[in-house]
Amino acid sequence: MAEANNTTLRAAQGSGATAVSAQDAALERKMRRRGDESRFWWLVPTLYIIFLMLPIYWLVNMSFKTNQEIIGPITFFPVNPTLKNYAVIFSDPSWYSGYINSIIYVVMNMVISVAVALPAAYAFSRYRFLGDKHLFFWLLTNRMAPPAVFALPFFQLYSAFGLIDTHIAVALAHCLFNVPLAVWILEGFMSGVPKEIDETAYIDGYSFPRFFVKIFMPLIASGIGVAAFFCFMFSWVELLLARTLTTTAAKPISAIMTRTVSASGLDWGVLAAAGVLTIIPGALVIWFVRNYIAKGFALGRV
Amino acid sequence: MEKTWNNRAWFMVLPVLVLVAFSAVIPLMTVVNYSVQDTFGNNEFFWAGSEWFQEMLTSARFWEAFWRNLAFSGIILAIEIPLGIFIALNMPKSGWGVPVCLVLMALPLLIPWNVVGTIWQVFGRIDIGLLGYGLNAFGLDYNYVNDPIDAWATVVIMDVWHWTSLVVLLCYAGLVSIPDAYYQAAKIDGASRWAVFRYIQLPKMNRVLLIAVLLRFMDSFMIYTEPFVVTGGGPGNSTTFLSIDLVKMAIGQFDLGPAAAMSIIYFLIILLLSWVFYTVMTNYDAE
Repeated sequence: MAEANNTTLRAAQGSGATAVSAQDAALERKMRRRGDESRFWWLVPTLYIIFLMLPIYWLVNMSFKTNQEIIGPITFFPVNPTLKNYAVIFSDPSWYSGYINSIIYVVMNMVISVAVALPAAYAFSRYRFLGDKHLFFWLLTNRMAPPAVFALPFFQLYSAFGLIDTHIAVALAHCLFNVPLAVWILEGFMSGVPKEIDETAYIDGYSFPRFFVKIFMPLIASGIGVAAFFCFMFSWVELLLARTLTTTAAKPISAIMTRTVSASGLDWGVLAAAGVLTIIPGALVIWFVRNYIAKGFALGRV
Repeated sequence: MEKTWNNRAWFMVLPVLVLVAFSAVIPLMTVVNYSVQDTFGNNEFFWAGSEWFQEMLTSARFWEAFWRNLAFSGIILAIEIPLGIFIALNMPKSGWGVPVCLVLMALPLLIPWNVVGTIWQVFGRIDIGLLGYGLNAFGLDYNYVNDPIDAWATVVIMDVWHWTSLVVLLCYAGLVSIPDAYYQAAKIDGASRWAVFRYIQLPKMNRVLLIAVLLRFMDSFMIYTEPFVVTGGGPGNSTTFLSIDLVKMAIGQFDLGPAAAMSIIYFLIILLLSWVFYTVMTNYDAE
């Protein structure tokens, strides 16, 4: 690869000296036809986004229909648009409390994960210590651990501590995969901060905690944002553990959705409305962090 | 960066250690405990030794789920990685299109997994779903409830829908980090589109691609919620992957011993594979 780059770069310098304008113009046209500046660049992303949006469109479409219309002939837009399905969710505490429960444990998990990951990531990025590499790999293996393996032991462990059906139980359980993730992401961002900054601060008489909070954390603020985003994401979408550890008081919305399967058959409209409402928090969060997403991924730490 | 040797750094790692020990080590020990014992209820346990492990490793059911899962991971990797690269290459580089594309493409990643399952379950239904109804209207005999091949196709397309964006975002991040000078040089060389891809873009994406493959392999190897919601592992056992089988055994049938033994074998396989990937990755970093 290095070889190829060298030749191309050398060529870049060479031809800069002996520019033949007519040839250049022809080349320019050729390239435009070929690559980045093609007029049809939007075609592929658009097709892909249509593919992504179709199932979501169908869900939204369904959520505004009455059940009679849903099971009737296919219609591409609601004939008699109704908000009844949403009204069911917003007026029934057992429905909307699901959203509150989900938000509570997701936020708790986000705070815990980032708080414990910060010092650990600092240690990994600044120091070498006994067994550091093994420890780092062991942490990562927890990100790879199948939740199915942990569902039953978690249930027994949290029962023993009397934590079943509390928000903190789900928040702690999700730490299994979110803490390693947060350490991994933060370590990447911290390694990008030169070590001289730490040393200068110590010489200036800062104590470690004061340096960490006042100087270091603002420097890696975007890293903390990215880590929090991924913690939010993976805690929000997980269901197996959240469902196993809760019965009623802390049940997440995604588990409550299965309730629509009742004796009277499926309530498709309410199911669709509940589904649409679970998409909204995610969409909001993405909108706020859209400029950081690519950056967070760029570090290759997911 | 030069790192100083300091064993007191252990104190900073301590909170993470305590937390992960609580949420990983203790539960894992419980699993190990069950895997070597037998019970007839009433909390009375008997030593069973390696009996459950032998039973698992010789059971057709385990290996069927294993190969099924491996095939699934292989198929979705073969689709998602090239597709993700292709889309990332065609993403706009600047302007209003970038945030719009990023937000819309990231959307499936933030939908709770069982809602993803629900969306596709509804979408694929032949009576009320656009996909199922549409395919049948075109004369294709599609029904994921009865036909194993249709069920597989649905689960695979659902995974492509759900996770290709992750590959796209990773590759895109790798692509925008390539300096413009590289492209200009290639332009002047008259390099073909393929040559630009092969010698400039692909090498620059190497690292993120490795991460994409690693993540997609691991996550698809422990997939549970989405296929469970759509097909429930059926028709028959045709979409019963390892995690679905495990949960069925542990919570459905409450066969603690075999389920625990299976958990450990399952976890060891994943551990081995992640070790291989991790070594490859860190070696690549070191170069």
